[in-house]
Amino acid sequence: MLNWFHRLGSPRTFFAMTSNWHPWLLALSIGLLLAGSAWALLFVPPDYQQGNTVRIMYIHVPAAILAQSGYMMMAGAAMVFLVWRIKLADMAMTAVAPLGASITFLALVTGAIWGKPTWGTWWVWDARLTSTLVLFFLYLGVMALRSAMEGREQAGRACAILSVVGVVNLPIIKYSVDWWYTLHQPASFTLSEKPAMPMEMWLPLLVMVIGYYLFFFTVWFMRLRNEILVREQNTEWVRTWVAER
Amino acid sequence: MLRVKELSCTRDQRPLFSSLSFSVASGELLQVVGANGSGKSTLLRCLVGLYTGYEGDVDWQLNEAPLYLGHKAGVKSSLSVLENLQWLAGLRNVSLDSELLGETLSKLRLEGYEDVPCGRLSEGQRKRVALSQFLLCPNACWVMDEPLSAIDDRGLEFLTARMSEHLDDGGSIILSSHQSVPVDRPLSTVSLG
Amino acid sequence: MRFFFASMTRDLRVHFRRPSEVLNPLVFFAVVISLFPLGIGPSPDQLSLVAPGIVWVAALLATLMSMDLLFRSDFDDGSLEQVVLSGQSLMVLTLAKVFAHWLIAGLPLVVLMPIVGLVLFLEVDGIWTLALSLLLVSPTLSLVGSIGAALTVGLPRGGLLVTILILPLYVPVLILATAMVQAALSGSDVSGYIYWLLAVLLLSLALAPLATSAALHLSVDE
Repeated sequence: MLNWFHRLGSPRTFFAMTSNWHPWLLALSIGLLLAGSAWALLFVPPDYQQGNTVRIMYIHVPAAILAQSGYMMMAGAAMVFLVWRIKLADMAMTAVAPLGASITFLALVTGAIWGKPTWGTWWVWDARLTSTLVLFFLYLGVMALRSAMEGREQAGRACAILSVVGVVNLPIIKYSVDWWYTLHQPASFTLSEKPAMPMEMWLPLLVMVIGYYLFFFTVWFMRLRNEILVREQNTEWVRTWVAER
Repeated sequence: MLRVKELSCTRDQRPLFSSLSFSVASGELLQVVGANGSGKSTLLRCLVGLYTGYEGDVDWQLNEAPLYLGHKAGVKSSLSVLENLQWLAGLRNVSLDSELLGETLSKLRLEGYEDVPCGRLSEGQRKRVALSQFLLCPNACWVMDEPLSAIDDRGLEFLTARMSEHLDDGGSIILSSHQSVPVDRPLSTVSLG
Repeated sequence: MRFFFASMTRDLRVHFRRPSEVLNPLVFFAVVISLFPLGIGPSPDQLSLVAPGIVWVAALLATLMSMDLLFRSDFDDGSLEQVVLSGQSLMVLTLAKVFAHWLIAGLPLVVLMPIVGLVLFLEVDGIWTLALSLLLVSPTLSLVGSIGAALTVGLPRGGLLVTILILPLYVPVLILATAMVQAALSGSDVSGYIYWLLAVLLLSLALAPLATSAALHLSVDE
């Protein structure tokens, strides 16, 4: 088991093993996203309270979920890198940070767009929006640190430490922001507590969430393979691989 | 005292050295030679354990860590000579009594400078403050990166005398230098690049 | 323990020999505070309303400004290398340095608080609570900030980066501390907030040195 783990940890083995995966992954994730979007946009009945604007939910909620679990994945990779010094984990961390930041940005933008018709303003200092904003800053911090440090090995470990510190803080931040919001909460309609959803709304959402995850993994995966090639560009196997193309 | 097996190091995808094997016994002086950028400093940092990005084995058979003098002197310029000495001794758990202090200061020709902040000393004097750890601490192995640069003739004389003494006591020294080392003791070399 | 006191006195000495580096964040704090009335307007009602927020944001920024210098000179002159080699605990070093830093950069902020409170037209209750919250939180700020300082110590211009890395982590204490002051102003009980802030302080006291010393080890590994 450990041996297998170690072998998979070698960038070369990983690259060779996974060379035929991404067309499948890409097709599956895009298929799911298209199906989910069509279902959500065309067939789901409008909400009795929010009307058609509720359809933004199908874009926003998966992005918001993914924004957080993306950070968890980054911190997981960071932990693996710190403990076992597996280079592949560092590469995975490098590959996932900009991806997580963009999905968080998407969550923020869609949240704002959803806010306009429901709350009447583009931005509300709602607990969820605020903690997502802080999460976005955490991603930016990791990316800024990575780009500021020159030595790859050092940059990787520094970013790993920062990600782990961030993940320890994340629940505290989330809790405090929730609490802050209830303290200042104006007496108005809130989205923080969703009404129980009927099945016909819930199922397409599930499809969208799975589609988002798959798409995220696919792009992560492609970026990771790219990162492997960049970092190992001076090795024999990469040169042969490039020559064969 | 030190055994190095198959030591390799690659930085920024450029191999610095590979498959170095050597050993240092007590009473032995090892000089690392090589052109600028050939990895002398990196090798020494690998040996003392500051740089960990190497492959291979570095095996010390010592009770306490080797003393190391790098490019950075480890001397705080806003603190006085005395305060710096106290700090360096404290780091290695050496108690600095007035006898040891007086002896060290006189050997380093820094008497009367006790209370002068190191920032106001000359380059050579600061270097001598940095060398003080080799007088204060009884550690058996010294690792010195370019110890002979920026040092005057008297300082050189003093340093080589102290090095010979240390070797005779059964200590060992690993140093990097462009110049030949004027120490009249058995010398082995590792050349890089 | 001996190493803790040795590092602490050494740091205090270094700081007192270069007083401007220590005083600059305090001056910065005062200047930022005095800019707010110019921006918002001099009305006492408005100022006292936003005073806790102003004070807290200024305190966070001032701490981070001085944080950048925590390990820098030790890194630049090679002292840090010597500590790593000597085998002394970097966690002890971190705690000693943070404590020394807090004594000269955090504590004066607390002492300045009555003046700042008066200038911003806070009520007496509010001023005391503000000072108390700052006393409880400023060690946390220094501890968490030391992680950022250690991560960026090898970078030539790490100052701004520290702010980007660390400010998001300050969100919880900012929220708790301002809420505490507002609770005091509205006349309610603040002991709950005190326990919370203490809990956060203990948590950062236990965890921050771990991350900081790992980052310091990393900084000399080149």
